[in-house]
Amino acid sequence: MKITRIAGTVLALACLGAVPAGAQVQSKSVAVTAIVEHPALDAVRDGVRDELAEQGWKPGDTLRFDYQSAQGNPGTAVQIARQFVGQAPDVIVPISTPSAQAVVSAARDIPVVFTAVTDPLGAQLVRDLEKPGRNVTGLSDLSPVADHLALIREIMPDARRLGFPYNPGEPNSVTLLELVKKLAPEHGFSIVEAPATRSADVQGAARGLVGRVDAVYMPTDNTIVSALEALLIVGAQNKLPVFTADTDSVQRGAVATVGFNYYQVGRQTGQIVARVLKGENPGDIPVTSAEGTDLYVNPKAAAAMGITIPDAVVARASKVVGQ
Amino acid sequence: MSAVAFLGAAELGLVFALVALGVFLSFRVLDFPDLTVDGSFPLGAAVTATLIVAGWNPWLATGAAMAAGALAGIVTATLNVRCRILHLLASILTMIALFSVNLRIMGRPNVAIITQDTVLTPFYGLGLSDAVLRPLFVLVVVAAVVALLARFLNSEFGLAMRATGVNARMARAQGVSTDLHIYAGMALSNALVALAGALFAQTNGFADVTSGIGTIVIGLAAVIVGETVMRSRVILWALVGCVVGSILYRIAIQVALNADFIGLQASDLNLVTALLVAGALILPRLRNPLRAGRQEPGTQGTAR
Repeated sequence: MKITRIAGTVLALACLGAVPAGAQVQSKSVAVTAIVEHPALDAVRDGVRDELAEQGWKPGDTLRFDYQSAQGNPGTAVQIARQFVGQAPDVIVPISTPSAQAVVSAARDIPVVFTAVTDPLGAQLVRDLEKPGRNVTGLSDLSPVADHLALIREIMPDARRLGFPYNPGEPNSVTLLELVKKLAPEHGFSIVEAPATRSADVQGAARGLVGRVDAVYMPTDNTIVSALEALLIVGAQNKLPVFTADTDSVQRGAVATVGFNYYQVGRQTGQIVARVLKGENPGDIPVTSAEGTDLYVNPKAAAAMGITIPDAVVARASKVVGQ
Repeated sequence: MSAVAFLGAAELGLVFALVALGVFLSFRVLDFPDLTVDGSFPLGAAVTATLIVAGWNPWLATGAAMAAGALAGIVTATLNVRCRILHLLASILTMIALFSVNLRIMGRPNVAIITQDTVLTPFYGLGLSDAVLRPLFVLVVVAAVVALLARFLNSEFGLAMRATGVNARMARAQGVSTDLHIYAGMALSNALVALAGALFAQTNGFADVTSGIGTIVIGLAAVIVGETVMRSRVILWALVGCVVGSILYRIAIQVALNADFIGLQASDLNLVTALLVAGALILPRLRNPLRAGRQEPGTQGTAR
């Protein structure tokens, strides 16, 4: 009974496999892994999948799309990397720095397209951004920090001090902190750090900024983004405007940002993956930076946090949340 | 499961076997539940990676990592023995402090050594594939550690350490300095955990400050699974049990990673792993119902 059922399933699966794939597009396999699951990284994954589907590789049809999350544990990330190398897919797509390092050190021949890594050189994923060489290329998600600071200046002409909540344990955020500290004086800001090593600490870190800063600038930090609501509540209760670096967070209730959303980062990554699937050598594709100059504003959130966004800014926004 | 994935699981299991041996030493031999390991594992990785980037010989860097781990163990032991802080709390304090210490050591949360020379570099040219060479290398290290540890625990000093864990008052009455043995045991335990961190960094090309999360759980699971599959009062076999338990734990994760065909998602990984380990612990009882009612030797610590 049981055996017949299993045999039936196997037969059914075999039949599915035998269905002729799309005329021009051959079957390919792409394996994606992220260090942890949260909205931004999940959006990257979905972006990659949708871009590949649009380019003709449909998941479950002409594309085998595997996804594994390390659930926050670099040890598991390493094991996932080894598993993927064993499966030998056409491309491995690691999302975030530790996952990318685990995959790059395990895969010598399989093409790797990393994404959502802020500093690929510092992480030793490639030796040269223009000419990566070997089997690795990818996409850097370094925020346009200068654009962010200019936007905050435009919306809040009198602001002087900016709070910067971040997790000192995240490489991306530390790179961004160094960058924002370097650029802040040019825009007339001073930076007040608010470290939070766990998402449970975010609210405390945000409260610590009340009275000490004029606005909060949240980087693309996994820990802070996961606990964004805690930050937004403190902002609304204390009339402390919260600016972010990613557009998703504006939709969740932050004031404004100019930049990319992580779904678009995924789509851009998918374009590179598609080039590799079509036969290009990853080592010949330069590491690109995430693009996107989408201006997202949230006037309702701004009002709750005690400011008004100038009409000129709202007029040129690509998305006004709530309209 | 592909051969590469299996060898990867075995390699990681062997690296974490050093954690299991450290946990065995603190938890089973000294009866000291020690959460320091969540900090001393990334400490080992941090020290090794930082020193390798600074141009140190990888072997020296690994030695320095072990020394740093030993120091962390001594801090926990001091908090417990001298300051009379409950062992669990003492180790949590050290663990939390080590997060900041590790950030200080590395200067940032993640140090890459993908392109640097490691202890494995000289062996890469031998013609073996990476997937085979790395587990083989770690196996040699683990075998040496097991042999030395078995010898140590059967020495007079080691026997006194075991007596300290079983009955401290009795040991003191016999003239054993229990404080000294707690210091030494905790130092040795965390040195082994730091060695695991050092090897983890070198086999995978990076040290990350978050890599310690859950180390104690992995170590304990390996020790207990090991005790379940290898019931022995002989210390050498108890140690081998830790190694086997650690590899079995990694294979359980590997199976969980491949469990998507029964409708499981990536986010179910930890749950599936926990169920597999729980299954491994329950199965021996079901197999022999006559023994089920009796006290399992494993639950009391076989190798004291």
